[in-house]
Amino acid sequence: MFDNYSWESERMSDSPFVTVEGLHYSRGETSIFRGVDMVIPRGKITAIMGPSGTGKTTLLKLIGGQLTPDAGRVCIAGEDVHALSRKALFKLRRRMGMLFQSGALFSDLDVYENVAFPLRVHTDLPESMIRDLVLLKLQAVGLRGARKLTPAELSGGMARRVALARAIALDPELILYDEPFVGQDPISMGVLVQLIRRLNDALGLTAVVVSHDIKETLSIADYVYVISDGQVMARGAPSELDVDRDPRVRQFIHGEADGPVPFHYPARDFYADLLGEGELR
Amino acid sequence: MKRSKTMELGVGLFMLAGILGLVFLGLRVSGLSLERPASSFELEANFANIGGLKPRARITMAGVTVGRVRSIELDTDWYDAHVVMELDGRLEDTLPEDSTAAILTSGLLGEQYIGLSVGGAPETLGDGDRIRDTQSALVLEELIQQFVSNIAKE
Amino acid sequence: MIERIARLGRWGCDTLESLGDAGIFLAQSMFGKPSAEGMRLWLRQMHFVGVMSLAIVLVSGLFIGMVLALQGYTILVDFGAEDALGQMVALSLLRELAPVVAALLFAGRAGSALTAEIGLMKATEQLTSMEMIGVDPLRRVVAPRLWAGFVALPLLTIGFGVVGVWGGQLVGVQWLGVFEGSYWGNMQASVDFVADVGNGLLKSLVFALVVTWIAVYQGYALVPTSEGISRATTRTVVYASLAVLGLDFILTAVMFGGLS
Repeated sequence: MFDNYSWESERMSDSPFVTVEGLHYSRGETSIFRGVDMVIPRGKITAIMGPSGTGKTTLLKLIGGQLTPDAGRVCIAGEDVHALSRKALFKLRRRMGMLFQSGALFSDLDVYENVAFPLRVHTDLPESMIRDLVLLKLQAVGLRGARKLTPAELSGGMARRVALARAIALDPELILYDEPFVGQDPISMGVLVQLIRRLNDALGLTAVVVSHDIKETLSIADYVYVISDGQVMARGAPSELDVDRDPRVRQFIHGEADGPVPFHYPARDFYADLLGEGELR
Repeated sequence: MKRSKTMELGVGLFMLAGILGLVFLGLRVSGLSLERPASSFELEANFANIGGLKPRARITMAGVTVGRVRSIELDTDWYDAHVVMELDGRLEDTLPEDSTAAILTSGLLGEQYIGLSVGGAPETLGDGDRIRDTQSALVLEELIQQFVSNIAKE
Repeated sequence: MIERIARLGRWGCDTLESLGDAGIFLAQSMFGKPSAEGMRLWLRQMHFVGVMSLAIVLVSGLFIGMVLALQGYTILVDFGAEDALGQMVALSLLRELAPVVAALLFAGRAGSALTAEIGLMKATEQLTSMEMIGVDPLRRVVAPRLWAGFVALPLLTIGFGVVGVWGGQLVGVQWLGVFEGSYWGNMQASVDFVADVGNGLLKSLVFALVVTWIAVYQGYALVPTSEGISRATTRTVVYASLAVLGLDFILTAVMFGGLS
């Protein structure tokens, strides 16, 4: 059965790894997703983009099973994430890695122990083997020399690279990146872009990148979804999106200040407001 | 995760200190005794009135604590108080048979305890024997009543 | 008027719901297979909540014992009953002051720190990332802290009582001149190990559970912002203190108040 599985995954390298069907989700009164459909192909980098506040991070949490949708399904490798028991869900999560916006390193452990954490929890490997694996992963992100530092001593970019090393410690099949480029200087941004691409090419893992950094994301993504107003607004390869004629997509991709997404928060007429008709504030 | 020996030692000492503290509370504060089963013997005595005497009250001899009250119950034959005392085993078969037991009060409002005074008879008291010569507790109200009626008579 | 009643009803439902959540939270985190890893995490937390709170608890115990002796002496000496000082100090310490004051200090020292620590882990997504790695934060983060608090506070209470009795002896016997034999003798005659020491410890076990539970739940359920953390920390101290004092009354009524 195991042979069969690997043979199949080999053959179906272009098949969907994650499918999202008719996803509805609302927080309190505000509805965040109104029927999102997505197919994330195996072994590719898929980018999910959109203006801030559209719930991109929420989407990742729905995929990771931390939130439960109001309606719709999320399937990973054929398993319905939200129909699984808590135990089965935790088992499925071993096949996923997630890189958080803040890095989310464990503040009471040093860099080495942070990367070793998933290995210690999920495997019974001897200490020497864990050491080799940790050093291998740290080498991949260029921070082997920083293994004795604590998370508090790392810069933001370094913390994110350590978190990346931790996310790939168990050689996951799927890795979710939550805003990997936010708040990075150009150098560490370049390093991260390269790392994500290289990891994907070398290990053949499926990646989902959530971001609103257009240039960097488009440069590494194989396929892009743009979401806005709780729905998928556009989809396609980066080159297709570049020439998309939908004015909303164009505004987002080219970073225009005003357009279908207005620059101004809804307000009454500016002139009338200045004259202060009817109210003082 | 690194094991920190000093931390483990700290926690160990902390727990040890807690257990020792409990032992202190048991022995010193609530007066439990460890060597009691090793050497002790029992004497009985009946008192007409025990006042406020409680189980585990002290038993003294010349001011030195030599034992504790084990139990107090009503003797239904004589309708007086039957007190079982537990005494230091070294005193077994040394106290004269006509020794007396009196219920005394330390201070005006203090605890009540039993004071033993030695008699002169050649026979001695052994385990389970009874002290016949007893003196009841002084009950304050009765004393005052006596005092008042004496004054009235004069 | 109807609006007000409806609001009261909503408040009642919300309160009940959060109590239920907290109960499930407690059950899920407290009971699970013990492991060597869990023992090590527990040890670490014992150091954090127990050993680190030892100094403040012992110093407070010493002062409270000394004050008790001083105050008690001035009252008892009027009745010529200063011999009963030991009894008074020991009973008030063991039955009431040690469990209650140690629990209040514990809520302030360790409880608030637990809330802030777990809250910070939540705010920096450490709890979420732990879940994504496939480790249950209830078992890994919350359980060791709960158990550490549950064991540490009774030990601290014992320490408080011992130091308090000793402090009372220091003032009563060494300074005010109560006869040492009657200080200890009166104490030993009136303190019952099961009824006084045992009930005091039982109280402190209840307080330990409640205070630690409130602290870790407030940390786990807080709004992950800096304002949320500071609010939850305050809430921990307020709720835990009120819970300790309220429960103390109920427990005292049941244990010593002749309600049976």
